[in-house]
Amino acid sequence: MALPKEELVEYIYKMVEAAQGKKQLKAKDIEKAVLKEHPDQNKNDIKFAIKELIDGGRCVYTYFGGSFIEIPRVEGAAKH
Amino acid sequence: MHKTPLLDQLESGPWPSFVTDLKRVAARKPQTADLLGVLERSYKDKITHWKHGGIVGVLGYGSGIIGRYTDLPDEFPGVEHFHTIRVNHPSGWVYSTKALRELMDIWDEHGSSVLNMHGSTGDIIFLGTRTEELEPCFAKLTSKGWDLGGSGSAFRSPSCCIGPARCEWAMYDTMEACYELTQEFQFDLHRPSYPYKYKLKLSGCPNDCVAAVARADCSVIGVWKDDIRIDQSAVQAYAGGELKPRGGATKWDKLDIQKDVVELCPTQCMSWDGKTLKINNRECNHCMHCINLMPQALRPGTERGAAFLLGSHAPILEGAQMSWVIVPFMEMEKPFDNLKELMSNIAEWWSEHGKNRERVGELILRLGMRSLLEAIGVEPAPQQVRIPRANPFFFWHQSDFDAEAKGRRYDTRQGFIR
Ligand code: HEM
Ligand code: HEM
Ligand code: SF4
Ligand code: SF4
Repeated sequence: MALPKEELVEYIYKMVEAAQGKKQLKAKDIEKAVLKEHPDQNKNDIKFAIKELIDGGRCVYTYFGGSFIEIPRVEGAAKH
Repeated sequence: MHKTPLLDQLESGPWPSFVTDLKRVAARKPQTADLLGVLERSYKDKITHWKHGGIVGVLGYGSGIIGRYTDLPDEFPGVEHFHTIRVNHPSGWVYSTKALRELMDIWDEHGSSVLNMHGSTGDIIFLGTRTEELEPCFAKLTSKGWDLGGSGSAFRSPSCCIGPARCEWAMYDTMEACYELTQEFQFDLHRPSYPYKYKLKLSGCPNDCVAAVARADCSVIGVWKDDIRIDQSAVQAYAGGELKPRGGATKWDKLDIQKDVVELCPTQCMSWDGKTLKINNRECNHCMHCINLMPQALRPGTERGAAFLLGSHAPILEGAQMSWVIVPFMEMEKPFDNLKELMSNIAEWWSEHGKNRERVGELILRLGMRSLLEAIGVEPAPQQVRIPRANPFFFWHQSDFDAEAKGRRYDTRQGFIR
């Protein structure tokens, strides 16, 4: 069953958190994972749930040869 | 200032030198002095001292900031961070001097003062600033009406030729289309969610001044459907030398209609009996050759629109792929809903099946054109030519110069003329 918007945001946040350090997730990976568990979830809701996490600073975009969604951390390259 | 004996050699030639320019900036910008220093070091060490990518950006956006750091921050503290900011350019790159001054003032205050007008994507490229300068710089840019461009696995800032603002050959309003599509894809421009980059370039006619056919996944190129319009009395004026070929931009003062126009038509669909110029329009492939040579006598038809082509990109290993015709002719009227829908449908198919870093053109090769056409609901047609144009650029060969020295009027390689 489709998740209500707030639950969807938390669901995605937990997914990103669990993947941290193991697998870098792209927006499409997140969408596919949500749809696997909740096939009737509206794709646009997923887009905007990610946007909410990014706008609130709980997740960030990273670029490592492709664009990923991750939990913020201090970047190694920024330090000596 | 660092000592830069290797870079200094680049100032010795007859051409303007970026080393001279950077030194001028370095006198007031320590980070630019360090930029010269690290480049000199790279020339000596024969290895780059830059690191790519990472996390930096502005809040809310996953695009527009490209992280760069040096791996020698102790020696060159000015380039410890040296991030790039992409600023989305206006349609057709038309600026007022006031807008340019505002941009330069912002960059003088928040960055290295080094910039690139423009990058291959079309954006204004601000080269080199620190992480803590990003948000204030972004705030100043947006307060003046600017926004960041695309980067990463996102929709990239679209670009277009100047089209109807200056050019009589524009078959649709390229600048309006570019603006409309930029607005339509705002979400995807700032929030990377595709397998890889997705570019759009729009040219007003087959001259393709922005080289859309080679440089953009989505290439939109203006075309006409009906007949080339001929003014026979103007043709006579070209034949007699009263009108100069190509608006006076060739060294010939008189056009030889038979040799210069008719015989160089790639589909051999023209004829000239000394009085009347005829075109078999069914065979014309809209190459623009004849129109470019005598613009006052020949004009494109009046049933106008664009061809939509897909797939060009230049991967490092396999070499360039050119765009493939998908929709031979489409109406191009504001608000361009047909183009928006087509591009969204293509992105949907590609996002569903594409691997990380696989461009849409590569996916077509992997899964086949049939898979794409089925997914986007476009009927196959004979006009979906795979490589309608092999190369958007012109390369001169020694044989061209030799032929010219022997007196051939148009410097075409042997074998190209029948
Ligand atoms: C010996 C040194 C250099 C040479 C020979 C060189 C040559 C070139 C050439 C041929 C292009 C392509 C131009 C075009 O067709 O659009 C280019 C692009 C560019 N150059 Fe340089 N360049 C040099 C140093 C630099 C330096 C020091 C910087 C920055 C501080 C720089 C920044 C750029 C940028 C940002 C582009 C545009 C890249 C793109 O949009 O794809 N270059 N350079
Ligand atoms: C070995 C070193 C480097 C390699 C192999 C490299 C390679 C590339 C390539 C392949 C692109 C084109 C990407 C595309 O298709 O859009 C690109 C773009 C660019 N690179 Fe690099 N790069 C190098 C170093 C740098 C450095 C040191 C800087 C800046 C400090 C830089 C700044 C840029 C910028 C600003 C662009 C985008 C220009 C545009 O928007 O068109 N690159 N680089
Ligand atoms: S592509 Fe065609 S319409 Fe656009 S500026 Fe060039 S010649 Fe003019
Ligand atoms: S546009 Fe090209 S193909 Fe068409 S008639 Fe002119 S020269 Fe021939």
